[in-house]
Amino acid sequence: MGIRTFTVDDVVTLLDATRWTLILAAIAFAGGGVIGSLVTLARVSRVPALRWLAGGYVEVLQGTPLLMQFFLWFFLLTLLLPVQLPATAVAAIALTLHASAFVVEIWRGSIEAIPRTQWEAAASLGMTRFEQLRYVIVPQAWRIAMAPTVGLLVVLIKGTSLAALIGFVELTRAGQLVSGVTFQPLTTFGTAALIYLALCLPLSILSRRLEGRMHVHRPA
Amino acid sequence: MPYVFQFGEVLRYWPSLVTGVAMTVGFALVAMALSLAVGVLGAIARRSRSRTVRGAVLTYVETIRNTPLLVQLFVLFFGLPSLGLRLDPMMAGLIGLVVYNGAFLTEIVGAGIKAVPRGQFEAGLSLGMSRRQVYQHVILVPALAKVYPALVSQFVLLMLATSVVSAIGVDELTSVAGQIQSDTFRSIEVYLVCIAIYLLLTLVLRAAALGAGAWLFPFRRATSHARV
Repeated sequence: MGIRTFTVDDVVTLLDATRWTLILAAIAFAGGGVIGSLVTLARVSRVPALRWLAGGYVEVLQGTPLLMQFFLWFFLLTLLLPVQLPATAVAAIALTLHASAFVVEIWRGSIEAIPRTQWEAAASLGMTRFEQLRYVIVPQAWRIAMAPTVGLLVVLIKGTSLAALIGFVELTRAGQLVSGVTFQPLTTFGTAALIYLALCLPLSILSRRLEGRMHVHRPA
Repeated sequence: MPYVFQFGEVLRYWPSLVTGVAMTVGFALVAMALSLAVGVLGAIARRSRSRTVRGAVLTYVETIRNTPLLVQLFVLFFGLPSLGLRLDPMMAGLIGLVVYNGAFLTEIVGAGIKAVPRGQFEAGLSLGMSRRQVYQHVILVPALAKVYPALVSQFVLLMLATSVVSAIGVDELTSVAGQIQSDTFRSIEVYLVCIAIYLLLTLVLRAAALGAGAWLFPFRRATSHARV
């Protein structure tokens, strides 16, 4: 088989692989949302040890490169588990944990933006700390959290590209493979970039809209 | 079979690790300086009176911010040679990081300029300054001071992003980790050590950058208190 040109079939290959980009981003978003929300409870807890632990968790995940996290999880899970996990699972675990740290920061920032008096008012109604959070703080904080949460989706979709470097065939890895047989890297990676742009740009615009809407309600 | 950790094997490679750290920090500093220039020019161009210029900057910022750095590097390093422009890995990596980070800094610096009261522009113009002089002498320093914490965060993110340029063959810390790993097969130890180094770099560079801010903008603390 010799060199062939970049055809519509190659675009189809890239679009097909985009499915995995989206699936990986969706898993990380959902998993990160659950884990991140739980860690947030620790992050805003009244127990200092829990706060430090949660803070350390976020610092390690946000203070080290996502690519290194992919590599570390790849080798940790490969060497320590009796069964060989597929690259999909490794990528999903790495990106989920990375996402969870973002979620903690988003929630913490949003919760801290709510005036202390709201906590005090809820406490004076006899609510427990969890009830204060559940019925008074979170319903207000989630409005602030929405814009950065949509922004997180963009971060995750872009982050999935690093899974290509541990051999997971998503959009970027498919681009490497297509470019390998067509010898047209500019067209191939250009097309891949356009697909990413088509996925992320609407989300970025939505995120900015939401942010603008929140500002209207914020007192000057 | 239980895994026996052997960090000694990895630490014997400390000269390579030091070189990798130096490359990572060097790349981050040079790319930050250059992309800050891109960010300042971009932010000013974003407020240009010419529709075309504003549109061009917007296209640049949105295209870069909404595509992965890895793909941008692949376009630069593997794609451009087909147009006759061949870059070595270092050059492609540096240009890629500057273009990438420049887009984020255009947004951040833009927010800083927006936060400077309009009256300051008008005051400058009414003194007979040109737009360029107003930006240079009146707007820029307070604008950068206002967004300094965001600039520091972006600097840390840039340092972490340098690990991606290992994919096109730049010998920074992530790349060194890969080499030590293939020499020793102590993969877990190598990546644990390098992740710890990155974490340390994050903490040290952030503290240093915040310290530099207090020295660069001594008025910042006073003004931010006055505003609260």
